[in-house]
Amino acid sequence: MWELIRANKRNSVILMALMVVVLLLLGYVIGSIFDPAGGFLMPRQQMQSPRVIQTNYAGFWGMAFAATLWFILMIVSFSSGDHILLNASNAKLVTHDEYPQLFNVVEEMKIAAGLPAIPKVYLIPDPAPNAFATGRSPKSASVAVTAGLLGRLNRDQLQGVIAHEMSHILHRDILYVTLAGIMLGSIVLISQVFLRSMFYSSMGSRRRYSSGGKNAGQAQLIMLVIAIIAAIVAPIMAYLLYFALSRKREYLADAGAARLTRYPEGLAGALEKIAGDPSPQLAAANKVTAPMYIVNPFKKARSMKLSDLTSTHPPISERIKILRSMSSGVSFKDYSDSYTRITHHKTIVPAAALTKEDIALRQAGAEAKDKQRTEQMRQVGDIMRKINQFVFLTCLCGLKLKIPPNFKSDKVQCPRCKRIIDLPAK
Amino acid sequence: MTPLIVIAAALVLLIVFVIGIYNSLVGLRNQVDNSWSQIDVQLKRRHDLIPNLVETAKGYMQHERGTFEAITEARSKAMGAKSVSEASKAEGALGEALSKFMLVVENYPDLKANQNFLAVQEELTGTENRISFARQSYNDQVLFFNNKTQMFPSNMVANMFSFSKRDFFELESSTEREVPKVSFS
Repeated sequence: MWELIRANKRNSVILMALMVVVLLLLGYVIGSIFDPAGGFLMPRQQMQSPRVIQTNYAGFWGMAFAATLWFILMIVSFSSGDHILLNASNAKLVTHDEYPQLFNVVEEMKIAAGLPAIPKVYLIPDPAPNAFATGRSPKSASVAVTAGLLGRLNRDQLQGVIAHEMSHILHRDILYVTLAGIMLGSIVLISQVFLRSMFYSSMGSRRRYSSGGKNAGQAQLIMLVIAIIAAIVAPIMAYLLYFALSRKREYLADAGAARLTRYPEGLAGALEKIAGDPSPQLAAANKVTAPMYIVNPFKKARSMKLSDLTSTHPPISERIKILRSMSSGVSFKDYSDSYTRITHHKTIVPAAALTKEDIALRQAGAEAKDKQRTEQMRQVGDIMRKINQFVFLTCLCGLKLKIPPNFKSDKVQCPRCKRIIDLPAK
Repeated sequence: MTPLIVIAAALVLLIVFVIGIYNSLVGLRNQVDNSWSQIDVQLKRRHDLIPNLVETAKGYMQHERGTFEAITEARSKAMGAKSVSEASKAEGALGEALSKFMLVVENYPDLKANQNFLAVQEELTGTENRISFARQSYNDQVLFFNNKTQMFPSNMVANMFSFSKRDFFELESSTEREVPKVSFS
């Protein structure tokens, strides 16, 4: 376990370093074009001066600018990144009273993972079944699940999903996603702004490029082409780096979930239900936050080959198969063996975590029955309303009324028996 | 002069080494204690829930006096347990009594539909799971600690400062081991 966390930290540092290099190079290249010494933004006479070969200060300014942007984004997301994300998904805090089962499951997994504190639990009012974890450290983490997920899974499956999220917290993936996401965001932002400004400025004053002194103009043009290529390639590289590692972490979180619950079938069953779900894709998700979710929030997979490289998550069917073929035990080693058996790839588990652990699978208890789907969905809906401070009333005719908090009048008419009911004072 | 320095340096290194091992042993022992207290908290929770459970179920199951008595007795025994091994035994018996009770509940559809009972049931399921996961994490810690106290070279430091190995929290009854999770859902 500790070996895995250590290896994960090391990988994060390497990836971050690579991304920093990409970011700084991008800043340098873009900055260089704005170099007044050879600059096309300067009057003609200066351009012909021999200062072209002098040190490229503008390049360093570009670097400094990129670093500053990254730094600012970093501060923002460190101070309130999880809140921004949770607010964007319209997530509501849940307490034990409102949803005992969900809360219990989270606490069970917190105990199994040996985390220092119970993560805050959030509910997202969205029919697409999904879940994510966020935060900076195991001490201040949050777990959010959608109403669609709660409406479909039984207790064991919910436990599997929460264990997967808990593993993300335990493996420090939440911090990594935050850091790498910001890095990726800065790179994309810089190249987008640059490419757009190039596009518009070239439309506005094309003459600038053609009318320079001959040598300086040529150098400038080459610089410009390099910058444009860099601005196109850098985000792609950053994306690929980001996605490659987040795919791997998804497998590792699955392995962690199996280890924590001792019951891979729980997560496998959950993934199966999620995969077969017809709901539309999650509203509040984008390409950068996608790796945080338990399954890819984007439904449409493009051509198979491309999605292999750019998808944030491994194919669900493969994840299910791996979990289901774990028959001898639930240690990381067992998951790794199972992974190799299914995908015929080399293991994704860091070698240090592959020590032989003898952990047996838990037998399923009394076969967990799936409740009636509509019934379960209705319960989740009621819980959502309770969180949103709806008032629940039962009319004398037996009809249940759910009154929204912004209902103005203090009397309400039962739609079935037409009785007038007084609302309790707020 | 030089050999003296070499010897002094070696001594200092050795002391630093021993201090390092000693500290890690203390850290591990505290972790074991901490995870034991986690189990303890959950066991208390279970003990507190039982009167509730019995109270809700009593009205529906008047003919099951024996089952109730078994649970109550197992509970008081478990609450009086002192050592780890004693507690393992008593809690195992209590768990068994509870799962027997849950089997009996299957025959009372009215009770199974009762909202209060459902709530207590969810709490009990949660508590049972918490106990088994806390046990799982405690045993992992104990294994780690025991390995450290018995393996070379840390065993020498462990012997020097008398770190003794800890007991696992095992469940005595074999039935409970087959079905460590009580699932009512």
